[in-house]
Amino acid sequence: MNEQQRNYVLHTVEERGVRLVRLWFTDVLGNLKSFAISPAELENALEDGMTFDGSSIDGFSRVQESDVLAIPDPNTFEVLPWGDPKNAEARVFCDIHNLDGTPFEGDPRQVLRRNLEAARSMGLTFYVAPDMEFFYFAPPVRGQAPEPLDEAGFFDLIASDVSGSLRKQTIRTLEAMGIPVEYSFHEDSPSQHEIDLRHNDVLSMADSIMTFRLVVKEVAASQGVYASFMPKPLEGVQGSGMHLHLSLFNGEDNAFYSAEDDYNLSPIAKQFMAGLLRHAAEITAVTNQTVNSYKRLVPGFEAPVHISWARNNRSGLIRVPIPKKGNPSATRIEYRSPDPACNPYLAFSVLLAAGMRGVREEYELPTEADANLFQMDDAQLLKLGIDQIPSSLGDALRVMEDSSLVAEALGEHIFEWFLRNKRNEWRDYKAHVSSFEYDRYLRSL
Amino acid sequence: MSSPAEMLAIYPEAPPPDLARTLDLAGYRWKAVSGADEVIRNEPASGWAGAVVSTDTDAEGAWALCRALRKRDVPVAPLLLLVGGGQLAELALRDDLFDDFCLTPFHPVELEARLRHLLWKGGGRVKPDVVEYSELALNVETYQASIQGRPLDLTYMEYELLKFLAQNPGKVFTRELLLSRVWGYEYYGGARTVDVHIRRLRAKLGEEHQNLIQTVRSVGYRFGQSRWG
Repeated sequence: MNEQQRNYVLHTVEERGVRLVRLWFTDVLGNLKSFAISPAELENALEDGMTFDGSSIDGFSRVQESDVLAIPDPNTFEVLPWGDPKNAEARVFCDIHNLDGTPFEGDPRQVLRRNLEAARSMGLTFYVAPDMEFFYFAPPVRGQAPEPLDEAGFFDLIASDVSGSLRKQTIRTLEAMGIPVEYSFHEDSPSQHEIDLRHNDVLSMADSIMTFRLVVKEVAASQGVYASFMPKPLEGVQGSGMHLHLSLFNGEDNAFYSAEDDYNLSPIAKQFMAGLLRHAAEITAVTNQTVNSYKRLVPGFEAPVHISWARNNRSGLIRVPIPKKGNPSATRIEYRSPDPACNPYLAFSVLLAAGMRGVREEYELPTEADANLFQMDDAQLLKLGIDQIPSSLGDALRVMEDSSLVAEALGEHIFEWFLRNKRNEWRDYKAHVSSFEYDRYLRSL
Repeated sequence: MSSPAEMLAIYPEAPPPDLARTLDLAGYRWKAVSGADEVIRNEPASGWAGAVVSTDTDAEGAWALCRALRKRDVPVAPLLLLVGGGQLAELALRDDLFDDFCLTPFHPVELEARLRHLLWKGGGRVKPDVVEYSELALNVETYQASIQGRPLDLTYMEYELLKFLAQNPGKVFTRELLLSRVWGYEYYGGARTVDVHIRRLRAKLGEEHQNLIQTVRSVGYRFGQSRWG
């Protein structure tokens, strides 16, 4: 199988006149990294990998030695649909290995591969469909709030629906790269858009999200526009989330579906949800990894605040959408807190670990919280036993550092590095004096 | 014609005693292998003269091996398959994976005759280099696909799936069947993988051509026109 895939890639490079092959991988914070090799190097790279110094990559550095090996995954080889067709370029995702061939513990893609085993050992495949939200802005000016395209001003001279045509071009590019789009539309906020991707297995989807973020930014940049996945770029309007539709399949059967249950949810679905709910606070620092993430998770903007579930209540963390009639394979749960600035490999790893812990230990699902929780006070919530999602990066890190589940899912190397890096971010933020404080205190105090 | 002095690969690693005896008596040199890796490791300098694969003890392993033997740059051929009467249905749509088969329990004289004839022919059938359907063309030699002359950039599995479908136009395939014939048994991921790849293929074929692959409700997929219209 592998030999055949390698041949396929090598043939394609030759036949299509590919001049440059980009080797892609992801650092611990979820930034896409890339280095390019010539086609002449490719055969060697596919066989033995390419050595590079990992010490300059966030989260890769170790004390003893810094060289690691990038081994391309020939499954992910794609000719890039932009750029000069006469000098075509291709990309391939890599798994990072230690020089002795073992998986490198700092590589998020390898971490996700390891976590997949929990479901795989039970014969289950984990599927994800993300709803990706983002904003288009005029090129940012340092220190100033971003400027949306839809408002009069910057783009007055250009045809009215610039952002709509950007979105169409983005979707064409995504589809050409084998990333099918299910829906797309203009979101509630000015200049905000949503593109929903069709479900795929979780590893392919993490790769797709990395590609997606690049495609959105590239297409925007080609028109002089700036696309941002910042979770809450504008005060007073909705932020950008990445709702995740999750399901587990056993061959052709949806393991989340049961015809007998009132909710059409199987025991596995309920245990998986219970696992997500019980460990939600612990994994939030990973699914929502920036200071800014927590400014999205506030009441009043369709973002979840409470650790609860319901069928048709968007204030809870998990929503169980009612699938179209007669379609068991559409039964799924929607996990609503993550934002598109997360590292998808690590976010999927902790979600899978939390859900599968619930299945393995047969957690009991709490009752549905169908009332609007935003209208309840703390005492009422306490009575219902409903906790809140951590309200700041600092809070989320404090819960995470005591979590053996997250430590196990991420591995010691990434767990330690992530906490150290994010504590620094939180410390810097705490020391920052904001315009909120000047406006409110400078004159009056 | 291959001389009996050349080496045959035999599967499984512990070959049925009657098979070993028949080959020995007919003067064939053979080596038993446990799987695709050993085929590579133990390959004689002049290459394998052919292979005899028995599906009796481990059918999945046997099919995986056939697939691996066929998918090399220089496929191992001819390939004689030993198969029980109850497993004949498994031959369907795997015609590319073997050159001839022999029912087990086999008659030693028949097995010898079939093997001799296969070796005389000097390998497997010659397969066409290009698969064409309407405006779609797939070059099996170079792995390139094009539609209306426009190259299609496909991943390996997308290419393999499209090739399988285009080689069998008008037939309806279930997801399970596509999974076992295109991905092979060694693939793990479930039948939904097929849906995902079909959707990706349609995206790459483009709006004009995406109906080349039709969804047959609650059954599976069909490529091109149904032969019943």
